[in-house]
Amino acid sequence: MNVGTRKILNRSFTAVGIGSIVVMGIALLIVIVPIIYNGVGAVFFTGTIEHRNMLYNEFGEGDEAELAKQNAAAGVYRKEVYAMLAGFEAELEAMESERQQEFRSKYGSVRNALTALMGPLPGDTGAMLTRFKYGQTRWEKAEEKLHEFLYEAKWDYSDPDAMAKEYYVSRAAEFEGTSLVKIFPYVEKHLEEIMRPEFTIYLGFLTDSSVDSHIFGGIWPEIQGTFFLAIGAMLFAFPLGVIAAVYFTEYAREGLFTSMLRSANSTLAGVPSIVFGLFGLAFFINTLGVSESKSVLAGSLTLAIMILPTIIRAAEEAILSVPRTYKEASLSLGSTKWNTIMTVILPAALPGIITGGVISLGRAAGETAPIIFTAAVSVGSAIGLADVFSSPTPALSWNIYNLASEHEAAAEIRHVQYGMVLALVGIVLLLNLSAILLRARISKKLKG
Amino acid sequence: MQMTADGRITSQKDTAKTASRDIYLPSERKTIAGGGTPHVVAKDFSIYYGEFEAVKKVNADVLSKYVTAIIGPSGCGKSTYLRAINRMNDLIPSCHTTGALLFDGEDIYGKFTDEVLLRKKIGMVFQKPNPFPKSIFDNIAYGPRLHGMNDRKQLAEIVERSLRKAALWDEVSDRLDKNALGLSGGQQQRLCVARTLAVEPEILLLDEPTSALDPKATAKIEDLIQELRGSYTIMIVTHNMQQASRVSDYTMFFYEGVLVEYAPTAQLFTNPKDRMTEDYITGRFS
Repeated sequence: MNVGTRKILNRSFTAVGIGSIVVMGIALLIVIVPIIYNGVGAVFFTGTIEHRNMLYNEFGEGDEAELAKQNAAAGVYRKEVYAMLAGFEAELEAMESERQQEFRSKYGSVRNALTALMGPLPGDTGAMLTRFKYGQTRWEKAEEKLHEFLYEAKWDYSDPDAMAKEYYVSRAAEFEGTSLVKIFPYVEKHLEEIMRPEFTIYLGFLTDSSVDSHIFGGIWPEIQGTFFLAIGAMLFAFPLGVIAAVYFTEYAREGLFTSMLRSANSTLAGVPSIVFGLFGLAFFINTLGVSESKSVLAGSLTLAIMILPTIIRAAEEAILSVPRTYKEASLSLGSTKWNTIMTVILPAALPGIITGGVISLGRAAGETAPIIFTAAVSVGSAIGLADVFSSPTPALSWNIYNLASEHEAAAEIRHVQYGMVLALVGIVLLLNLSAILLRARISKKLKG
Repeated sequence: MQMTADGRITSQKDTAKTASRDIYLPSERKTIAGGGTPHVVAKDFSIYYGEFEAVKKVNADVLSKYVTAIIGPSGCGKSTYLRAINRMNDLIPSCHTTGALLFDGEDIYGKFTDEVLLRKKIGMVFQKPNPFPKSIFDNIAYGPRLHGMNDRKQLAEIVERSLRKAALWDEVSDRLDKNALGLSGGQQQRLCVARTLAVEPEILLLDEPTSALDPKATAKIEDLIQELRGSYTIMIVTHNMQQASRVSDYTMFFYEGVLVEYAPTAQLFTNPKDRMTEDYITGRFS
């Protein structure tokens, strides 16, 4: 091969390498940036007075005097709105029955839209669910609801071959000729005075319990549950995994039995996580009965089984990478095998073992399928340490799925979902980072 | 046929009496009082890797307190033989032996031999310096601690004594708590010698101890071997024939697993009996 060809090959190889790294970086950005942008929005956002009222009533947070002042200021404008509603209701009563019928149904949807925007109106019956006690807590949601209040969404089915089209009809036009027509421009113009948006930092999102299944409040129960499950899994899997790895590398004789064990371990690592979930339900809960129903204990055990192969492999690699000469040196000094393992091999393999362990910890924190049947519930409060043997817990991974697919008001609380995703990514990232730091520290100590 | 270093052919019964015999020594080397008894005795001793016979029917006495060098071309079985003496070959699953290898009259491969106790008495220094990734102090104290010594003061004494014996004390006495991997290669190798001496062995096996070192560090190790001669039975495997002639009293020449010649060093290098030995030491093959 001549020099020219070699150079061209070298360059093109470099180009392909850099190209693939760039593609990976872009893909990472595409994934991470929306997560960060939307997730941060769960903590930093423009909150309305409804948010502050909710915090005060549900969590006892906030300054009472200041809040009363703000409520009074907003109340001035709200009273105007209420007066307009009362005026129209009186007008409605005076109408002849056919016209009254027509307006009454239209008025009902106006009133509902207004309730959604600014909270319960005078004359509403007491709300059963907490979510109906407050209007929109976030300004961008308030603007959305304002649009719903101003315009009625309708569907156009005129073309039978095409999909129905959505179009908007101004409610002001529908109420042309009545006293209610004034209310629409009024609310549109004075929305800021009614809702009093303010830049809000809601750190409680990470430390508060949720209220009314995540409509309000924070995600602490999920965060805590995730930690409980992941750490519980490690408590079982880490010691077992390291012992198994020591057995494989130091004690097992190469033979049919060992190679069977090894391939069983590899197979176990490739089993889909949902299978582990079902196994956990069938074995730990139904057969062994470690708990009556779903519990943190059962979930931890299931996760432990799932991450065990990874820990074994990582520990095995770490032990095998310890220089043979250390072992020889120790044995030649009259050390027993056990002593050699405990005082020389395991300490030298520790960085690798810990890295494998923490990566598995991250995986345990992020897995959804194994805990669906064994540990996770969609809504719940943070459980105490004593309850881990009997109580299920909410957990980030499962609740992200739940909020995205099964929650009855999923569209209203996208910010909570993104906040959970960011929290989970953050936790996993933090764990990996701490693994890298720990590893660096131990390696430095070993290298002198 | 039982071979001894002075080239005499002795029957197996005679070995007990060899303590009193006069043996040939180079004139500049002093006879060691109390030395010269057979310390490691091989009788028809063979080592196999699976089916392959790496060391073939060796019969030889290694004499106590003297330095015995083992030379031979690569793959001749000299390291295998050395490592068989403290049973480091146990680490290789396919390795097994036939015949007898006696240490102080006891079979090293006997059914009831405790290889851990054996290795305490027969220390080894390896080709590549292999200190543990611990402090210098902990490296030396590793062996004594294993054998139940926990008193800090006594340990400190042992560490100092061992480092002095290994001629390393002056260089490291002010940084005993520093990691041993920070030492130079030559210092690391002397540290390994000191670590081995700390468990007070009777025999010191050196497996090409200078092959990874520069000439200056090599000279220091060779000086060290001279210092230790007379206190320990030393066996050294080396590729370097000058080194063998400089440091050893007796030399074994292995070729393809066979112990071809075993004689006092001066004799083997100046007047080899075997044609093969002559060809090797004159560099006709290597």
